[in-house]
Amino acid sequence: MKISFTLNGVPTSLEVEPSERLLDTLRYHLALTGTKEGCGEGECGACTVYLDGLPVNSCLVPIYQVRGSTVETVESLDPAGLRPLLGSGATQCGACTPGVAMTACWIRDHPELLATHTIRELLAGNLCRCTGYDGIVDGIRATLEAGA
Amino acid sequence: MDRLEGLAKLTGRERYVDDLPLDGFLWGATVRSPAPRGRITDVRLDPAVDWSQFTIVDYRDLPGPNVVALIENDQPVLAAGYVRHVHEPVLLLAHPDRHALRRAVAAVTLMVAPEPAALDFRVPPGAPEIQYGTDNVLKHLAITKGDVDRALAAAPIVVEGTYETGAQEHVYLETQGMIAQMEGDVLVLRGSMQCPYYVLKALQHALGRDERRLRVVQTPTGGGFGGKEEYPSTIALHAGLLALKSGKPVKIVYDRGEDMAATTKRHPSLVRHRTGVDTDGRLLAQDIEVIMDGGAYVTLSPVVLSRGIIHAAGPYACDHVRIDGRAMFTNAVPFGAFRGFGAPQTHFANERHMDRIAARLGLDPAELRRRNLLRDGQSTATGQVIGDGTDRVALLERALTLADYEARRAEHARFNAASAVTRRGIGVATFHHGAGFTGSGEVMLASRLHVAGLPDGRVEVRSANVEMGQGTLTVFTTLAAERLGLEASDVRIAEADTTRVPNSGPTVASRTAMVVGRLVELACDALRARVGLDPKAMGDAVRSAIRRWHERHPGEELIGEAMYERPPGIAWDDATYRGDAYATFGWGACVAEVEVDLRTYETRVTDFVAVQEVGHVLHDGLARGQVQGGVAQAIGWALLEECRWQDGAMANAQLANYIIPTSDDLPPIRVAFVENPYPLGAQGAKGLGELPMDGPAPAIVNAVAAATGADPCTIPLTPERLMELAP
Repeated sequence: MKISFTLNGVPTSLEVEPSERLLDTLRYHLALTGTKEGCGEGECGACTVYLDGLPVNSCLVPIYQVRGSTVETVESLDPAGLRPLLGSGATQCGACTPGVAMTACWIRDHPELLATHTIRELLAGNLCRCTGYDGIVDGIRATLEAGA
Repeated sequence: MDRLEGLAKLTGRERYVDDLPLDGFLWGATVRSPAPRGRITDVRLDPAVDWSQFTIVDYRDLPGPNVVALIENDQPVLAAGYVRHVHEPVLLLAHPDRHALRRAVAAVTLMVAPEPAALDFRVPPGAPEIQYGTDNVLKHLAITKGDVDRALAAAPIVVEGTYETGAQEHVYLETQGMIAQMEGDVLVLRGSMQCPYYVLKALQHALGRDERRLRVVQTPTGGGFGGKEEYPSTIALHAGLLALKSGKPVKIVYDRGEDMAATTKRHPSLVRHRTGVDTDGRLLAQDIEVIMDGGAYVTLSPVVLSRGIIHAAGPYACDHVRIDGRAMFTNAVPFGAFRGFGAPQTHFANERHMDRIAARLGLDPAELRRRNLLRDGQSTATGQVIGDGTDRVALLERALTLADYEARRAEHARFNAASAVTRRGIGVATFHHGAGFTGSGEVMLASRLHVAGLPDGRVEVRSANVEMGQGTLTVFTTLAAERLGLEASDVRIAEADTTRVPNSGPTVASRTAMVVGRLVELACDALRARVGLDPKAMGDAVRSAIRRWHERHPGEELIGEAMYERPPGIAWDDATYRGDAYATFGWGACVAEVEVDLRTYETRVTDFVAVQEVGHVLHDGLARGQVQGGVAQAIGWALLEECRWQDGAMANAQLANYIIPTSDDLPPIRVAFVENPYPLGAQGAKGLGELPMDGPAPAIVNAVAAATGADPCTIPLTPERLMELAP
């Protein structure tokens, strides 16, 4: 089946099984390997991408669902905006990190969420086994301050 | 200095094994035993599948002995007609299409004639379950100091207790993965691993190939925690066999379910304590029995047991100690290395037991520890005299002060009296962790490391010790740069490739910064000497001397080499288990505060203070991250992470129902270091990675006991378990 969507700002079209996971299309057909598979069942958030502007687990999205949509991956993030996360120790092994970076940037770009949720609540869909989350939470705080 | 590869990780540019470009390859998969024990009577391939499209490998395809070489050569690469645990690898398949491969795995039926399985390590096996020696004991070890029987008989008070800990899954976020391919005559393995030379050794043995026809390269590794110490040897052998038979590159990447079900976990344990104390709470005798579940093959269980028993008496002074340890064979998936390596289990028992002794005596648990913590000049259970100048009582006081222990205890008493449904409590643990390999281990490893001078004046560190998130690249870069007065950009860290780097030992046992980092410094010194500089030469003098050397020796390699040497004054007797078990110990004290909901019996950790003495702290951010991550992993082990077993298989092998802590489950983890440089570690560093795993579980359970009046002795302390215990 031919699937067309906008990927990181670029119109993209490819022939692919409609039930394929968006995660696999990105990784194995489009060579965008920044998006990682951690669990394959929507628990860990390592595969987080933005689908029409909202963070989703790309392991749970069949590719036919993205027809006509916009998809943004970790490759679309501005590295300069990630520096505060580097300094705070938000990454160790790095396997959860692209998903964490996507969530961190989403919080940074939607600070209004912090009126009703804590950073720790908003981050709870991204499992990290290395940092204990302090480095990530501190980094998101620093990102918000840098953005303010 | 920021983490060297940090920005590549944040932007998704870091390439892990499954991210590497690879053409014309086959996916590999494993067909596993459905039964915990029995003879394989038939392997049925569904005739609806065109099997000619698949590469199929079984034990008969092994060129060498069918063994994953490790401590004992008892574990087959592929089961040869007989299985000893569920998920034991039996058959390997490879195919270009991953979906077709998954369907094919499901289309193989293994018929197993079941035999009686040993599934509970705590129960002595009956005759039909005995499969190892005469009693299923994989390893028996004992430590004796003084005369325990006499001291116990004379003690005015004896406190007994039995403590249990469950299996724990590593949940490194990158699952196990390996690529095998031929490059000319050389079989090359690239993958996620902690110990390239372990993999090389296993390949040499079972494939019957010499090391000139083998090459092992570590790819950026998305977490290990011990889970990628021994297991990658198996997956490398599997990928290698499929590549040899098919003639094509083969990639095996486990999905989360397979990774959780089929790879190693932390050893479950049962520990019994019988402790004699005087009325002031001084320890008079410690009689300790440690039993661990080894699973179906020996793997690393003897050394996990060894570290477990050496730490079992805690960081306390006691003249009469007996520790008896056994690792049991069972028909469980083999248990293996996991951060702490046996010590978290025995520390849990001992630190929980200390609180129960304090309760019996009506003493503040912190005061009981103050009275018994080792002072310089006193000795551990193995007779190792401690004299490092660290004030362990001061370490505890620092943690108590940071946690505002006295005030919080009083506050909790008021709160609990007034609250109908919530209870609060505070708990303490003090602990230690031996840095580096146990006993003569480091000497036997005989680690070697190179620092090469490059023609452009830069240097390259060549070691087999890998980055898996803990910061090796950053730490080695800093050590080499500072030793030679160079910029960080003048230092390169070579890929851990067995054809390029010498064997500096495995990336385990909190040894990389302390032991191997020291070799980085000594190799820098050797390089400086090789180019004829005096020992104080730094910076530009080093750069230009390296360049001049290359001008005089075109095309030659300029190498400074360092080899591990036994620290002076260290003596260990493996036969009697007496002496200096470790060159040095890291010391820790932690305080946990919890809140328990009496309606749901959920426990929430509301504050956590971790204080540790790990010599000189090489990099504050990295060190803090190690402690916070270790504490988080220990909180999961204490409260949430339960492996549920059914007929020898993990029934909850998925992250939907094996629960690890999220950001919302944890409080900020407050970290403080007390620095006391260790003269033989790199820049004065001691090992750090494992220590944070040792103390949190007992501190938390002690806090729950203080909050609720319950007497929990088993972890994970899930709501179900606590509900049954609640008074």
